[in-house]
Amino acid sequence: MMPHILIRTLDRGTLIFLVIVAAAAIVVPILNLAVPSSSALHVPTYLVALFGKYLCYAILALSIDLIWGYCGILSLGHGAFFALGGYAMGMYLMRQIGTRGVYADPILPDFMVFLNWKELPVYWYGFQHFPYAALMVFLVPGALAFVFGWFAFRSRVTGVYLSIITQALTYALMLGFFRNNFGFGGNNGLTDFKDLLGFNVQAESTRNVLFATSCLALILGYLACRAIVTSKLGKVLIAIRDAEARTRFLGYRVESYKLFVFTVSACMAGIAGALYVPQVGIINPSEFAPGNSIEAVIWVAVGGRGTLTGAALGAVLVNYAKTYFTSGVLAPYWLFMLGALFIGVTLLLPRGVIGTLQHWTALRRNRASAAAEEGVREPLPAE
Amino acid sequence: MQQPLTQSLLYLDGVTVSFDGFKALNNLSFEIEPGEMRAIIGPNGAGKTTMMDVVTGKTRPDAGEVVFDGTHNLTRLDETEIAELGIGRKFQKPTVFDSHTVFDNLELALKADRRARTTLLWRETSAEHRSIDEILETIRLKPLQNRLAGSLSHGQKQWLEIGMLLAQDPKLLLVDEPVAGMTDAETRQTAELLREINREHTVVVVEHDMTFVRDLGVKVTCLHEGSVLAEGTIDQVSQNERVVEVYLGR
Repeated sequence: MMPHILIRTLDRGTLIFLVIVAAAAIVVPILNLAVPSSSALHVPTYLVALFGKYLCYAILALSIDLIWGYCGILSLGHGAFFALGGYAMGMYLMRQIGTRGVYADPILPDFMVFLNWKELPVYWYGFQHFPYAALMVFLVPGALAFVFGWFAFRSRVTGVYLSIITQALTYALMLGFFRNNFGFGGNNGLTDFKDLLGFNVQAESTRNVLFATSCLALILGYLACRAIVTSKLGKVLIAIRDAEARTRFLGYRVESYKLFVFTVSACMAGIAGALYVPQVGIINPSEFAPGNSIEAVIWVAVGGRGTLTGAALGAVLVNYAKTYFTSGVLAPYWLFMLGALFIGVTLLLPRGVIGTLQHWTALRRNRASAAAEEGVREPLPAE
Repeated sequence: MQQPLTQSLLYLDGVTVSFDGFKALNNLSFEIEPGEMRAIIGPNGAGKTTMMDVVTGKTRPDAGEVVFDGTHNLTRLDETEIAELGIGRKFQKPTVFDSHTVFDNLELALKADRRARTTLLWRETSAEHRSIDEILETIRLKPLQNRLAGSLSHGQKQWLEIGMLLAQDPKLLLVDEPVAGMTDAETRQTAELLREINREHTVVVVEHDMTFVRDLGVKVTCLHEGSVLAEGTIDQVSQNERVVEVYLGR
């Protein structure tokens, strides 16, 4: 069963992508830790953390591409699953602080002491154990996506209506998490983390390990997406995207397929969020802001939807541009530039960067095969 | 096993569908025998497509019975369940999966376990490959099997869709305007193809094109304003005064 999945999963583009990410996982920590800071090749620690953050965004972008690019489900609330995964990780990190907090309460996080809470809410139980927290990182987003998707897809909510309710979902969660009595630190969120599995989260070595782990997660997430989209199930997803009614009349239970892929995607987004939190050192309700989810959709559109590689690349490129422009004199204009980028890509490169490249290759191949059909030999291109 | 209510493969009795007070189907009743090929004709708005929507579960009738294979009440099932029972449908506008190859389109349609968990781990067997090859021969698209369906001509798409129906191997095929927009030669070939399909399947064809219906040489049902106006051979039906009146507006 496994070999055929591997063979169809690993095409050339996939291999190139995997090699690049794996190389980054090895080379960047070496350039940070082993190369002296005087050297031109040295990678400063802040860059390691920054790129680690981009990698988490890349995983989020992959999860969006899986449902939007391959199944036509445009979720404008995927940041919600990302943030939920982040909160699960944040809760673990909060419980690790223990007596080192400002109020030095061994059990209660600082914000609960501040709010005069006497005991830990039930839903915080177990989060001091890493395995439990790691499970919650994808189970909570996955469960929410499953329930939400079950109702939405069964009632055949599609297109723009689905986008609007996903947007409402993330907005509602944001309002909830802003409230102090929700028990997640209100508008301050969770921060001031100390240890992750006994290692200081601020330490250089931890940052490098987190970076390498994010690379690994991106690789695994990418392989999982490839395995899905290259399977027959993946073909059914594309069929649903292109002609949903037709797929139904062929006897496929469209809602099961959508539910499956939506849940997988939410789990991935949760994992991305969990890796994101220790690298940026904070999680607060603004991560649920609808704008964040929309921005993530733009990364996918820029890179090229339905390409996976494009989604990951788009996330890194757009975020690098964001960091670059928001730290200079152009900072006030970043949102205009982001808007212009989205409009520009939609008008000029509707397939996105990678999508356009793939389209050209496919066109050339099609022309060659059309020529072969007519028995004409294609003239060699002049070089 | 429930006692069959009727010997017919498809049995419609008193089916009524109204949209905002407009009766698209008005007390429609007819039967299709197993192995039969039936042509359904009628002017625009006669309810031909609505009838197909009702049979395939897209539209629920306000009243009436639709029984398939003597035992299944179709008015209580949805599209997927009806497709699984063995009713295939070809749409009026050719609907194929544009970004899949011709081969993949047939593969998706091929009769197999449709559940998500099976398709995730599914692997093509040589028997499946052979049946797809046979269908490719039948619909004359063998040389184009690796082309994207979106790049096919209109007529080729129509055939691909008929091929997908064959791959589904349903007991009953509903074919909505198969020759719309086809050249005369293609129309003749399509009639031939449908007759070939009819050897093993029951077929219901909805069509405007009278020459094509005459070519098929089968029993004809003429619909008008949501009910059956006349039934019989094409000659009987086209000599029926009411039919002439309806078609020519006299």
